[in-house]
Amino acid sequence: MPTIFKGRSQELAMLFPAMACLVLIIVVPFCLSIGFSFTDQRLMPRPIPTRFVGLTNYERMFADRLFWQAIGNTVLFTVLVVPFQLMISLCVAMALNAAIPFRGLFRTVSILPLLLPITVVVAIWAVLYRIPTGPLNTIYQLFAGPEAYIDFVGGSDTAMVAIVVLSAWATFPYQMLIYLAGLQDVPGDLYEAAELDGATAWQRFRFVTWPCLRNVNIFLLIITTIQALKLFTQVSVMTKGGPNGSTTTIIYYLFQQGFTSQKIGYASAISVFFFIAVTTIAVLQRVFLKNEGEQ
Amino acid sequence: MADVLIQSVTKRYGTVEVVPSLNLEIPEGSFTVLVGPSGCGKSTLLRMIAGLETVSDGKIFIGGTDITHTAPSQRGVAMVFQSYALYPHMSVAENIGFGLRLAGMGKSEMEGRVREAADILQLGPLLDRKPKQLSGGQRQRVAIGRAIVRKPKVFLFDEPLSNLDAALRAQMRVELSELHERLGSTMVYVTHDQVEAMTMADQIVVLNKGHIEQVGAPMHLYNAPATPFVAGFIGSPKMNFLQGPKPWASAPQGALIGIRPEHITLSQTGGQWPATVRHVEHLGGETLVHLDSECVGSLTVKVTGDLSAQAGTTLHASPRPEMLHVFTDGQRVSA
Ligand SMILES: Nc1ncnc2c1ncn2[C@@H]1O[C@H](COP(=O)(O)OP(=O)(O)OP(=O)(O)O)[C@@H](O)[C@H]1O
Ligand SMILES: [Mg+2]
Repeated sequence: MPTIFKGRSQELAMLFPAMACLVLIIVVPFCLSIGFSFTDQRLMPRPIPTRFVGLTNYERMFADRLFWQAIGNTVLFTVLVVPFQLMISLCVAMALNAAIPFRGLFRTVSILPLLLPITVVVAIWAVLYRIPTGPLNTIYQLFAGPEAYIDFVGGSDTAMVAIVVLSAWATFPYQMLIYLAGLQDVPGDLYEAAELDGATAWQRFRFVTWPCLRNVNIFLLIITTIQALKLFTQVSVMTKGGPNGSTTTIIYYLFQQGFTSQKIGYASAISVFFFIAVTTIAVLQRVFLKNEGEQ
Repeated sequence: MADVLIQSVTKRYGTVEVVPSLNLEIPEGSFTVLVGPSGCGKSTLLRMIAGLETVSDGKIFIGGTDITHTAPSQRGVAMVFQSYALYPHMSVAENIGFGLRLAGMGKSEMEGRVREAADILQLGPLLDRKPKQLSGGQRQRVAIGRAIVRKPKVFLFDEPLSNLDAALRAQMRVELSELHERLGSTMVYVTHDQVEAMTMADQIVVLNKGHIEQVGAPMHLYNAPATPFVAGFIGSPKMNFLQGPKPWASAPQGALIGIRPEHITLSQTGGQWPATVRHVEHLGGETLVHLDSECVGSLTVKVTGDLSAQAGTTLHASPRPEMLHVFTDGQRVSA
């Protein structure tokens, strides 16, 4: 045993259950899918035995127009939802950090979306988006005339935006809480010093709050990106990837290939690609942002 | 440069009055130190002058102008915080120049001003560093530099030295006094350390529970404390207050009598109060002797040089009669 583990049997024993679970439900299945990705494994057992097919699944994947569309959709979703969601989270966190009346009440209310299962959130938004008389369309009709309406979920231009808005709303309290903790860590006398230096409210945000949130921002950027790349439930419940595949994300496409079309081998290849892509993005973000902040 | 006039200023938090109607004049160019025990309202008063705390009642004038409701940055004051409050992501130069930059000063003029301040404080070689790469004393100097560049009429300091070690504190005391001489600006300095107050101030303001006990020059407060509170607060070690029914024959009935540890002499052979040695502290140049006396209760005596007394032995303590402080009804009795 390496020397660092000497005399640490107690610590190792305590780590063991968590590590065992991780290995059992993440590492082992992932290794299996790496294996499957080189075969023509099907979901249901078939009379013909599973064959080793080499890189066929990967070749097919790179030539698959629908796969590239799914990547495009996932990237679009991520690029839209990450800044939008982080902006809402920060604004709400700043409001809740200020000395507003009924602050405790607002803090409690604002984390309610986190307590709802995502499927319930989707149901709520499905009502909001309803045509022709859902609440959002009722508002729209005030401006555009009584007959007008927007098919938020059914239009291939608007479906992705609809998913972005509901996703941001569904999970922003998590980022909001982390921002709130970050804001509370900013020393109050920095604001006072800035006030004496003649800083306006915007300048206090720009030169005190924002730089002090740097580490929080990096952390949130990474986890929100990963969360966005994994988009599945909202799409699965609300649009089923449509219309015209305009909301099919990588995970949704993987799910379709593996469980609807039963092509586990192909789905495994997609999952291996996805794992590598997500890891690379997270590591790049970390390296890039870390280097910039260190002097 | 300007004087500060505080007129019937009151501060309430909800229903709690932490500063009840306070009047104070801080002369132009003075080094005024606000001292008092923790929670007596020193910071609150200073922050009201700075504009970081609202005034519940009364008025504050700087250089004859009523600034009670003026924005902090428009008052012509600069403040040095106990925690330094340096912007962590800005270099030393950026920290010092931040106020000038916000005021829209040109780059070259700003650099000149920053350099000038850096020279005064010997910060030249550190201008490109970030605050976390500085020692506590260097950070404190940057905080002072940030105040200097703005050329304020009044400098405000809130316990600026309390995070430094004893040696550095002593050095910074001297530097701050020199800075005051050099700039000639009005400085208001909050501390709970009476040594800082004694060594740096032209004028000491002793606060207790939000009201002023006494205002005066350091030696005046030392020689003629107006109240027992001031007598006990100024001077180290603390003044002895004599206990017992009538500790001093010529004093009025019920008077409180104080005598400073340095104004008592000890003798082996004979004196006013026989007392038993409880504990001896050797400080090198001087010795503090703690005694218990049948007549006047416990006493602390400061003697120069070394004194080798064993705990438990009996010595005779004699006060210098002209150095006794007599108070009746909480006020000093003159003569
Ligand atoms: N925001 C506040 N709300 C209520 N009471 C407060 C507030 N700020 C200060 N106080 C009270 O005002 C009184 C004076 O506080 P202040 O900070 O001025 O004391 P201080 O003399 O500076 O003490 P220290 O030497 O500990 O810094 C204290 O009793 C404190 O509890
Ligand atoms: Mg204070």
